[in-house]
Amino acid sequence: MDYTATQSGFRQQPDMRLRNSSVDGTDGSQLFEDTSAAASGSQTGYSNQQAGLQAAGFPSLSDPMSNLAMAYGSSLASQGREMVDKNLDRFIPISKLKYYFAVDTVYVGKKLGLLVFPYMHENWEVSYQQDTPVAPRFDVNAPDLYIPAMGFITYILVAGLALGTQNKFSPELLGVQASSALVWLIMEVLAVLLSLYLVTVNTDLTTIDLLAFSGYKYVGMIVGVVAGLLFGKPAYYLSLLWCCAAIFVFMIRTLRLKLLSEAAAEGRLVRGARNQLRMYLTMSIAAAQPIFMYWLTYHLIR
Amino acid sequence: MAFTLYSLIQTAILCINAVAVLHEERFLSKFGWGVDQGVGGFGDDPGVKAQILTLIRSVRTVMRVPLIIVNAACIVLLLLFG
Repeated sequence: MDYTATQSGFRQQPDMRLRNSSVDGTDGSQLFEDTSAAASGSQTGYSNQQAGLQAAGFPSLSDPMSNLAMAYGSSLASQGREMVDKNLDRFIPISKLKYYFAVDTVYVGKKLGLLVFPYMHENWEVSYQQDTPVAPRFDVNAPDLYIPAMGFITYILVAGLALGTQNKFSPELLGVQASSALVWLIMEVLAVLLSLYLVTVNTDLTTIDLLAFSGYKYVGMIVGVVAGLLFGKPAYYLSLLWCCAAIFVFMIRTLRLKLLSEAAAEGRLVRGARNQLRMYLTMSIAAAQPIFMYWLTYHLIR
Repeated sequence: MAFTLYSLIQTAILCINAVAVLHEERFLSKFGWGVDQGVGGFGDDPGVKAQILTLIRSVRTVMRVPLIIVNAACIVLLLLFG
């Protein structure tokens, strides 16, 4: 009882210091800021957890030298974190990436439904809010990077599963599948960028938008492969056909608004070589998606 | 098809080398693809051919020095490690 009394007595001091520095640290760093509504709840949870860990781990809290060392160490850690954030922001635009991950469950559900059944959706325009596009949470038409990233990882896992049913699995094969799909993705994005440059389209499509659109086909691939694993080869072909048609229509309807001029996007026939070239470009980008979908999955279902 | 990131880097280096090697006078002018023959229209429609010519010229100008460095490094590494 005495032991716990003295320990709890000395527990107060380092707790206060650490709680202050941890709250300052999470306020300053940009990487782990929570974009959902429960930001304050998660922050207090984090500092409580750290204080609990602190009290359980350290043997001698009565030593002023160890207090000093702890304070110095925490200030060094926050300095290091600031430096990493500043340098990282130079190479990867973290703030721009955060926009693409600001999603919630309702958006993901609606977007997945749209990727598999885009025929009933009428309004495909991205809504703007004073010149900046609205976050994906509020607009189902905005591109995001959450679905492509999760789709890519799920595709690799499903590919490993499918190769396992053919008795061809080994752990290196997962890495080979991952790098192969990544290389195809990078080549596709580079090809689309090159063709956009050659046709001189004045569009506000950024590279990350193109990455997002190219990543939407993983959803269709996963549906096809899972159907093929569960119900056999005819189911694979049927579901792949359905998802290819869906992705084709989805890409055309989304890209039409961004690439073509206003008049052509509304459906009126606009003559002119340039609009024709842009139409061909839209069609070929959309047609490349089913080709990739078949190419990346046919070896998984034998 | 097992592509790795390493093969992507190899492909990129080879392609950029190929574009940088196209000589202006000896080769491109014979096709009517020289510098003075492409850029005609100053409207808002440069056309695909003018864009390609601009791209070739800019790759030649920008990537000359980095290509020297990267090619030298590749040669040394391939000689040492096969």
